[in-house]
Amino acid sequence: MRINQHPVLGRADYSKMITVYLDDRPIPAVRGEPVAAALYAAGRRTLRFTRNRREPRGMFCAVGRCTDCIMEIDGTPGVRTCVTPASPGMKIRTPRRGDST
Amino acid sequence: MTIPECADVAVVGGGPAGLTAAIESGRAGCRTVVLDAGITPGGQLTKQIHKFFGSRTQGAGRRGLDIAADLAEEAEANGAVIRTDSTVQAADQSGRLEVLNGARSHGGSPEKMQLEHIRAKRVVLATGAEENAIAFSGWTRPGVMGAGAVQTMVNIHRVLPGRKVLMVGAGNVGLIVTYQLLQAGANVRCVVEAACDIGGYGVHAAKVRRSGVPILTSHTVQEAHGDSRGVRAATLVQLDEKWEPVPGTEKTIDVDLICIAAGLRPNIQLSSIMGCRLVHSTDLGGWLPVHDCSLMTTRSSVYVAGDASGVEEATAAMEEGRLAGVSAAESLGRLNEVRASGRRRRIQKRLAQLRGGPLGESIRGAKHQIQRGQSI
Repeated sequence: MRINQHPVLGRADYSKMITVYLDDRPIPAVRGEPVAAALYAAGRRTLRFTRNRREPRGMFCAVGRCTDCIMEIDGTPGVRTCVTPASPGMKIRTPRRGDST
Repeated sequence: MTIPECADVAVVGGGPAGLTAAIESGRAGCRTVVLDAGITPGGQLTKQIHKFFGSRTQGAGRRGLDIAADLAEEAEANGAVIRTDSTVQAADQSGRLEVLNGARSHGGSPEKMQLEHIRAKRVVLATGAEENAIAFSGWTRPGVMGAGAVQTMVNIHRVLPGRKVLMVGAGNVGLIVTYQLLQAGANVRCVVEAACDIGGYGVHAAKVRRSGVPILTSHTVQEAHGDSRGVRAATLVQLDEKWEPVPGTEKTIDVDLICIAAGLRPNIQLSSIMGCRLVHSTDLGGWLPVHDCSLMTTRSSVYVAGDASGVEEATAAMEEGRLAGVSAAESLGRLNEVRASGRRRRIQKRLAQLRGGPLGESIRGAKHQIQRGQSI
């Protein structure tokens, strides 16, 4: 959920909206915001499943340290979505069992 | 391989301590470079939307994000070069730093990242702190997040990661983030604190309570429940005086975000691999590099400042950064002893004020012991 109106920060600026693709589905994003922020704003919190036990994982540290939020971006596996800025047309894929991430 | 010196002083970390260190060393005429892993300089200040306490020198009455912008501008005005998206990922004992450029901007295309080695006459480690995690059943579920992560999402990116929140920890971070979640429109169901007292300032706790959020001391989270889409509920439990769960006091509440504010510890990865001697202090958050009152570590070319030298408030970090900057400049002969010690005295006086009062007493004591080389 996006915070449109904020008592300190004022009204949000959505003039820089772009489209990214999550598993081929279009999702709106603010240009430059972390990919994970766009996914959470779109209601997607589970970013991947662990390889062996298939446990869901999401964003934990949001500073690129814990690597819980890694996904495949534009064909590169293991990208930290919490610190990677969203850019137009980005293709984000949820890692599945058997993937290298 | 010889690596040319890129600067007199390399500051690692562009938060409150790093930026003030750069202001002082730049002002003294040292060629200064700040290396920051983030996209915008300012470190944790960039997500502080509340007004600061303290005195005018530390930006009291202003919001953290505005202070960050001012400090960065002042550092540049004093000749410092601020490099963002530059992560110092390794260092050796000769002081050579290994820097990864573009790890954020080009995270999706590793071939565009650039590895670089740099060397400076002095290094100031202003690497800040890391959050402590706590492990409980279900803590890996999406929807369990560190308080810093929640603050980043809510205050910088304006994304609310949950609507119904359990806050774990009633220190200053837990209380402030609770209030910021309320400002952003979330429903914070309650704050639990394992200790029998609230750790944060009374003024913050009062604000949270006035907003209708209960603070349950001697309580913790026992389990996060949920499904493949993340957290759906949390079980709380009361703790006895030995911090053991009291059977029969479990209570399950409907939440979709569990925010962990269990304290911070100094980030010592670089000081440790650079060979600085470490010491443990519970009052300062854990292991930290031994340092003297000029903030020099046991390696004479390496200084430390801010949370990396013991966890305190951002206001103290701003003063420690100045101290480290002045000391590094003096050791390079850019400030004479009289001017440097005069400046240090003034900074130390302000630090003593910040560490005054009963809340600062344990920090004052621990710093005093470390800086006089006494074992704790």
